[in-house]
Amino acid sequence: MKSTRFDFLLLLAGLMLLWQLVHWLVGPDVLSSPWATIRRAAELIATSTFRDHADATATAFGIAAVISIAGGIAIGLWLGLRRFAGDVADPILGTLYSIPKITLYPIILLIFGLGVSAKIAFGVIHGVFPIAIFTMNAVRNVAPVYHRTARVLRLTPLGAAVTIMAPAALPEILAGIRVGVALTLLGVLIGELFASTSGLGFALIRAMDVHAVTDIMAITLVLFVFAACVNALLRFVERRARHGG
Amino acid sequence: MAASPDGQISLRGVTKVFPGHEGHADVHALGPVDLDVMRGELFTVVGPSGCGKSTLLDVLAGLTSVTSGHATFEGSELAGQVPDGIGAVFQQDASFFWLTVWDNVAFGLRRRGTAAREIARRVDQALAFMGLTGFAKAFPAQLSGGMRQRVCIARTLVLEPKVLLLDEPFGALDQQTRLLMGDELLRIWRETGATVVLITHALDEAAMLSDRVAVMSARPGRFIDIVTTGWPRTRDSRIVSDPRFGAITARLWEKLREESLRAMKAPETSEDGK
Repeated sequence: MKSTRFDFLLLLAGLMLLWQLVHWLVGPDVLSSPWATIRRAAELIATSTFRDHADATATAFGIAAVISIAGGIAIGLWLGLRRFAGDVADPILGTLYSIPKITLYPIILLIFGLGVSAKIAFGVIHGVFPIAIFTMNAVRNVAPVYHRTARVLRLTPLGAAVTIMAPAALPEILAGIRVGVALTLLGVLIGELFASTSGLGFALIRAMDVHAVTDIMAITLVLFVFAACVNALLRFVERRARHGG
Repeated sequence: MAASPDGQISLRGVTKVFPGHEGHADVHALGPVDLDVMRGELFTVVGPSGCGKSTLLDVLAGLTSVTSGHATFEGSELAGQVPDGIGAVFQQDASFFWLTVWDNVAFGLRRRGTAAREIARRVDQALAFMGLTGFAKAFPAQLSGGMRQRVCIARTLVLEPKVLLLDEPFGALDQQTRLLMGDELLRIWRETGATVVLITHALDEAAMLSDRVAVMSARPGRFIDIVTTGWPRTRDSRIVSDPRFGAITARLWEKLREESLRAMKAPETSEDGK
């Protein structure tokens, strides 16, 4: 069954209801109400301090996402096309992907200092591996029948790569980009939470220091909406590339 | 032995051995086989699973080089490269999911740099021929398995091949669709005048469609019998009610039964999924 816009609204209403119920249950000192949060978010967005923080996060995220995508695709293509290199790199990539990267943050701070480059680097090490892994598998898993078809159609290796293998692998690569971009945002925000002087993660930690519950919730809401929009956009692009396949 | 004058594709003493990897023994997949596929005939190869049928098709298409012997297409050596004039359709769905049906069929012509007007004419003609006109703008994912296979056949036919190689093209389809696709294949064969080589494991399909049926042995694949059916050129799936159909199927099964038993006892190595 295909999900409709109505289903989406129903889900949203359900979440809001749950939020309101939990708010009543635990009290405003722990969780602000949906309405108060949305109002506070609207107030915050109007302030220049908030916009500066949002700009800092957006810039770091944007640059980190571009580096993750470009680097991940480059690594993934290289490993996908060279079977031996791929066989060697596969477990290494898997391990790098699964280690808790927060343990590397002190080292990253020592290398890059307490600024935007550390946040970018931290976002990239979160995002680049899943994109590389998805891309490598996308290239390796192109159906063998496409390779045979390319030869029967008498294509050159380059012609086959451009006209058959690339579009055949594209949906999987886009799925990797969707996962990788989400993790890049996570990395940037974690970087801001732990050590930085600007950004929404920094604003969040400041609000926590003074126990401003509504501010915490409002910033989280903004980040949540932003992440959901990015994900929806990438999902839309991915679905277009799949053509229902 | 000299190549017979009518043999469009000729195999002389052809063998194919796949070298073993990491301590595994070499796999002797095929031969030695001698074969002449005649211009314009519908030739079918049946055999137990894993007997090297697909390897034979790869040799006939020029997709793989032979280990020993000679394989020629219209007099020139097939040397691991598919020559112009040979088209192939495989069991696995090879339709391009990112292209519409129309663009799928136009693919080969575009890569050859055919003029746009000529492409449009030939694609429309191929779509009409395969009953796909109404689906020109659809994507493969919106079609059934049988229709997607038609797209692959249309994509091949539009290039006007002299030889059409079919590797179990109906293997993934249900029985009714298979019978209808069999009729379709007979029509394609009659109307294009192309030579058709069909690989199948379905004896009824082989007996119904073919001018000649070759029975392959268990691996290494050799021909143990070649049956000439003697069907008229104009025929369809209703031929299954002809008493001779039963006799031919029985003869094929007689030969194949023993080989299938042998193949079942042999260590399992699949030739599928290549």
